Amino acid sequence: MTDDLDALKSALRATPAPDAAAKYAALALAMDNFDHLQGSTDAPRLSQDRPSQAGFLNGVRTMLMSLKARPYLAATTSAAALLIGVFVALPSLQPPAPVMPTGLAPPVSTPPAAPPVTLEAAEPVLSDSAAAKSAAPSDSTVMAESAPAPVMPGQPLGGAAATRGYLIAPGQTAGGTMGLVAPADPTYLSAPDTEAFANAPANPVIVTAESPVSTFSVDVDTASYAVIRSSLTAGQLPPPDAVRIEEMVNYFPYAYPAPSGDAPFANTVTVMPTPWNPDTRLVHIALQGQMPTITDRPPLNLVFLIDTSGSMGEPAKLPVLIQSFTLMLAQLNPTDQIAIVAYAGSAGQVLSPTAASDRPTILRALNSLASGGSTAGAEGLALAYQIADDMAAEGRVSRVILATDGDFNVGIDSPDDLKTFIATQADKGTYLSVLGFGRGNLDDATMQALAQNGNGTAAYIDTLAEAQKVLVDQLTGALFPIANDVKVQVEWNPAQVAEYRLIGYETRALRREDFNNDKVDAGEIGAGLQVTALYEVTAPNSPALLNDPLRYTAAPPVADSPELGFLRLRYKAPGSDTSKLIETPITLGTAATDDARFAAAIAGFGQLLQSAPYLGDWGYDQAIQLATATKGADPFGYRAEAVTLMRLAQSLSAR
Amino acid sequence: MLMETDDETLARAAASGDRSAFALLLRRHYDRIFGLAFRLTGSRAEAQDLTQDICAALPAKLASWRGQARFTTWLYRVTVNATHDRRRRHFTRAKAASGWGDWEIARQDEMATQAQALDWLTGAMQRLSPELRDTVALVLGEELTQAQAGDVLGVSEGTVAWRMAQVKKRLRAMADEEAK
Repeated sequence: MTDDLDALKSALRATPAPDAAAKYAALALAMDNFDHLQGSTDAPRLSQDRPSQAGFLNGVRTMLMSLKARPYLAATTSAAALLIGVFVALPSLQPPAPVMPTGLAPPVSTPPAAPPVTLEAAEPVLSDSAAAKSAAPSDSTVMAESAPAPVMPGQPLGGAAATRGYLIAPGQTAGGTMGLVAPADPTYLSAPDTEAFANAPANPVIVTAESPVSTFSVDVDTASYAVIRSSLTAGQLPPPDAVRIEEMVNYFPYAYPAPSGDAPFANTVTVMPTPWNPDTRLVHIALQGQMPTITDRPPLNLVFLIDTSGSMGEPAKLPVLIQSFTLMLAQLNPTDQIAIVAYAGSAGQVLSPTAASDRPTILRALNSLASGGSTAGAEGLALAYQIADDMAAEGRVSRVILATDGDFNVGIDSPDDLKTFIATQADKGTYLSVLGFGRGNLDDATMQALAQNGNGTAAYIDTLAEAQKVLVDQLTGALFPIANDVKVQVEWNPAQVAEYRLIGYETRALRREDFNNDKVDAGEIGAGLQVTALYEVTAPNSPALLNDPLRYTAAPPVADSPELGFLRLRYKAPGSDTSKLIETPITLGTAATDDARFAAAIAGFGQLLQSAPYLGDWGYDQAIQLATATKGADPFGYRAEAVTLMRLAQSLSAR
Repeated sequence: MLMETDDETLARAAASGDRSAFALLLRRHYDRIFGLAFRLTGSRAEAQDLTQDICAALPAKLASWRGQARFTTWLYRVTVNATHDRRRRHFTRAKAASGWGDWEIARQDEMATQAQALDWLTGAMQRLSPELRDTVALVLGEELTQAQAGDVLGVSEGTVAWRMAQVKKRLRAMADEEAK
């Protein structure tokens, strides 16, 4: 008798899983409706008279925001589960200190004192509109966001709420930086974080006799460093995947020798002892781009493509974006033209091409931006490029600047098509730069891919100070490439170098044959910017060799040359399709500058964050010591900030 | 892992405007709504649309949630009511369609034939009246107690017990038929 019921029951229990896309759409719709119901699409209503649990819920939210993984990853890979463990476990380990809102400059990221370019025009603008903007919709939100999470595990909450603590399973990873494992049960992950980072496994040690040539493309992005800073200042170690060492090293300005004559950039090679291994040496390759006179620069056509999806409403996103662009506006020449396209739900032109001198119109358009709707990146992108095409004129430089907090899920059929589209546009002369805002939804991998294909840079703006660096101090470099498709190839001399390892540049590796192929895309060097690459090399017969010589392969004939290797650089002058070649032998002799040693300290810091296996006993203490000793003048405090971050990382990893 | 704030706390905060609480609540319960919608309608597409409608309406509905019932009970009630509304609309449409002449009648017949070919679950559920189907979906599908199901459906526990007895009868009759 009950068999009938049991059969019906088991049939009923086996319902199909909901369609992921439909679920996503339904949830987005619900959130939109929720926002509309609050009477404003600007920001969720967070009024003073909310129930007392609200503060606690914002605490929950802050924790949710810092939960770093997708549930299905957690279910399938233990690596992802480990990742979650770190972030989920942290709140319980943290004292209930106020969580820093990333939108405001946290004490750690001391803003640069003075920009080198005059800012007097920016002041009144900042005080009226940008400041007013931030005061009106976002201030209350910021306050609520930064409210301390007054919840300790086990502490009962008012009313029906109860913390059931954290399900933390003890565990240990090989690297030892993470000691906690989260249960890999996707059903517990009710608020999956959708951050995705572009990275590849760390470059291995390569035996010179087997593969003497190393090829990569330059990378002047700095997004990784800002993501790391934002994680550390929020009291969390960054996910190892977010660490791209070359972007950390290239974040800092260095005083490398400037090019002379017409050369677009100069290269300097220094060989120095490796800080973390007395038996190896570091080869420091520095490229310094030429700084053209700013007043001589060609007029710019800038199309701001701004993500105004619902998630951009957070204080660290749209408000910071608007302030950042306001800062940038002061750097533009009156002949520059600006257009603004917003994308969310349906793409639309917010500001038709306007001269940069018409500040009131531009500021009004910027401040009218409000978030709402779902993200349709591709649609807006097409419109932005179309406007850029319409604006194009002889002698003007066109660039689309995409500002977003996340992915391009809606409205794109294939990410590859999107990349192809962007690459085609870059070939036609319109470059794309990508600015990332906010955390939690940030699709670093897509940002990287788009900027790389668009011949532009990807930067992550976590504070107004960072906006200052990217959009004010380094604006010229970011917008005016002086050398395109810059490729680096090093051929190592097996007589002097038995093993070598390129530190960082994993996502920028090129095949050896691609070096001479001008069709293969590579990174750009902007005006006045520096690019640094570091190799760790091991001499033959050094005790630090990691690979034994092969028994059955005859030793290759070794040229008796004192050179460590031979550096080849290829680049294209802007507008040219054929590359030029620069060749330099790598020799011992030049003394290491403080700049080079500071770069080494940062590379070491990056490897510590990645738990790289090459550092031996060298730890944060040594990194801090080295970075402090080589800080130099540090006029803007970037290096001092790096030391602070190292100290934070040290404390966080010690727990 | 994650701190488990209970639904009621989240719902209260969401009702007073906490966006993140609402997002969390919705993510937590989407699958539940979809599951019940599927059990009530027997169609994946139908359940999907229904769930979307419910999600869209939930922010407004939440304002009416006063915390007298458990949140899940209330959510089940919302889902069941939404299904009823949808059924009513379909019924009206079906009646209108029946007047469309021979072509439409032939099409309806064909659809009915296809429906017969569906699996045992659909067959069994189709034998039950809408009330019995709702009850089965909650008691067997969602594993509610008869008291809870009564709460959701707005009927007494006794009524649910009686309905379940009816379901058993129908199922037995169906099994007997199959045996013949």
